[in-house]
Amino acid sequence: MSQSKTRNSKAVSYNKWGYIFLIPFIVVYLLFQLVPLVTTIYYSFFDYYRMGLVYYGPFANGINNYTQIINDGYIFTYFKNTIIMWIIGFVPQILVSLLLGAWFSDNRLRLKGESFFKTVIYLPNLIMASAFAMLFFTLTSERGPINQILTGLHIIKEPYIFLDHTAGARGLVGFMNFIMWFGNTTILLLAGMLGIDVSLFEAAEVDGATSNQKFFRITLPLLRPILVYVLITSLIGGLQMFDVPQILTKGSGAPMETTKTLIMYLNEYIKITKNYGMAGAISVILFVLTGILSVIVFQFSDNKTKVK
Amino acid sequence: MARAKNQNFSKGLNIHTRRTISYVVLSILSFFCLIWFYILFINATRSNSDLTTGFSLLPSNYAFKNWAGMRKSTSDFVRGMINSIFTSGCSAVLCVYFSTMTAYAIHAYDFKLKKALYTFILAVMMIPTQVTTLGFVTMLNQIGLVDSYIPIIIPSIAAPVSFFYMKQYMDSTLPLEIIEAARIDGSGEVRTFNSIILPIMKPAIAVQAIFTFVGSWNNYFTPALILTEEKKKTLPILIADLRSADFKKFDMGVVYMTIAFSIFPVIVIYLILSKNIVGGVAAGSVKG
Repeated sequence: MSQSKTRNSKAVSYNKWGYIFLIPFIVVYLLFQLVPLVTTIYYSFFDYYRMGLVYYGPFANGINNYTQIINDGYIFTYFKNTIIMWIIGFVPQILVSLLLGAWFSDNRLRLKGESFFKTVIYLPNLIMASAFAMLFFTLTSERGPINQILTGLHIIKEPYIFLDHTAGARGLVGFMNFIMWFGNTTILLLAGMLGIDVSLFEAAEVDGATSNQKFFRITLPLLRPILVYVLITSLIGGLQMFDVPQILTKGSGAPMETTKTLIMYLNEYIKITKNYGMAGAISVILFVLTGILSVIVFQFSDNKTKVK
Repeated sequence: MARAKNQNFSKGLNIHTRRTISYVVLSILSFFCLIWFYILFINATRSNSDLTTGFSLLPSNYAFKNWAGMRKSTSDFVRGMINSIFTSGCSAVLCVYFSTMTAYAIHAYDFKLKKALYTFILAVMMIPTQVTTLGFVTMLNQIGLVDSYIPIIIPSIAAPVSFFYMKQYMDSTLPLEIIEAARIDGSGEVRTFNSIILPIMKPAIAVQAIFTFVGSWNNYFTPALILTEEKKKTLPILIADLRSADFKKFDMGVVYMTIAFSIFPVIVIYLILSKNIVGGVAAGSVKG
């Protein structure tokens, strides 16, 4: 009896270490993320910008920044650009990843060199996006190797200037996103596919199901939670699209701002025009958008974390 | 019986055919992942005049001259790489140490706010840094921390994604009995963490250290807003400067060499550690 009592009191004295070990995280989080988040929201309700060399404000102006953003209408254009370029990258990405995942997890196919292929397809994900964009800019430039090859093989007569054409520029950004992310998605989906109970496939085989049937009737339905997770996290990542179009187009969103993204819009207000009120309002809008998307992820991944 | 049936299905292609198709598709995809780096490598060894006349699949002998050209250019890329290595290295070390500590606090102890704090960290995991950047930058302006590495390195102490990875790893591999045993042997809590828990967590630490390093290495948005002094800029900012400069005047061989210089170190590290990295992606399953 007395022994268990001492144990209890000791347990209490140990547990204060839980708080102590949490101090660094909490202090840094509060200082560098929570306070900035709050001030961002705060400034979104203020007139606060630079005129020449002096700052004007901050003066409270209610929801003026928000109404101005809506009235300017740029945010809708840039949102549309962002989503279009995300879709151009995401659709092939999810299709290819599903296909590769199905092949790698198919134990009758027994593909060799799985780890080699995984290593190769994941590689572009780790490359500095800005350097990758710079590389693609030089490769696709008027006298770059892509145009040299295409004109050399007489596929096209004149060099194709990607950044002069909306489809070319958006396609290029989407293609780069595809190359950079399909390896990552493949590995995630493959992990999900390998988690499916093998006996389900064996039962289906006994019943004479083909590979296609197994894929569409077993794999895909069971993979739905992971697919939703991949979709939403990719969309959240897509909304943050910045490095590639920024470097590729020198921040201009060429041609005619058709590749300009939401974060490029935000970057302009913070860095160039230094209109902090407007930048705050854009940040809050992005924050709300991501918040909604994150809630969807949580609903779907809840079961997964509970099991663990 | 089943096998016979299988072959009757019109779509049930022969296993060899399917295998061939898979290899062909995989090879095409691999080609599209690697070709850019191959061209980059080749072009970094060629002269400007070579590059404008045509495309080649074979390297030339201009690599050293291009390197010398890069060293003479207005931006100091070697300095930029040292800056990048320094900030990314510090970020990675701080991130893994404190993420493990935070996860350990939640994993090993029972306290009143545990559940609330855990839920909070999970809830803020998805908030993109971009939405807090405005407040971050204005705050740095007010306290005079612009052009400093502190706001680039220190925030990595609070990394919810790494925390979550560590917590999951602990759930699967760190039994609480080990901690009890250490206590009975008279080890203090801090010592237990440093000399018993950290070694057990090594595999997870390696994975997260790599991801944090690479993430910080590639980070462009926030550093570009904080670092304006030429000497302090990291590689992604210098690359962006290179893009904004007047491009037509450039020696293209030098430009390719510069890009290669910023890309190849990561590729080499990746090839050495690829097993850890690829395995880590599947285990973590939390990345943009």
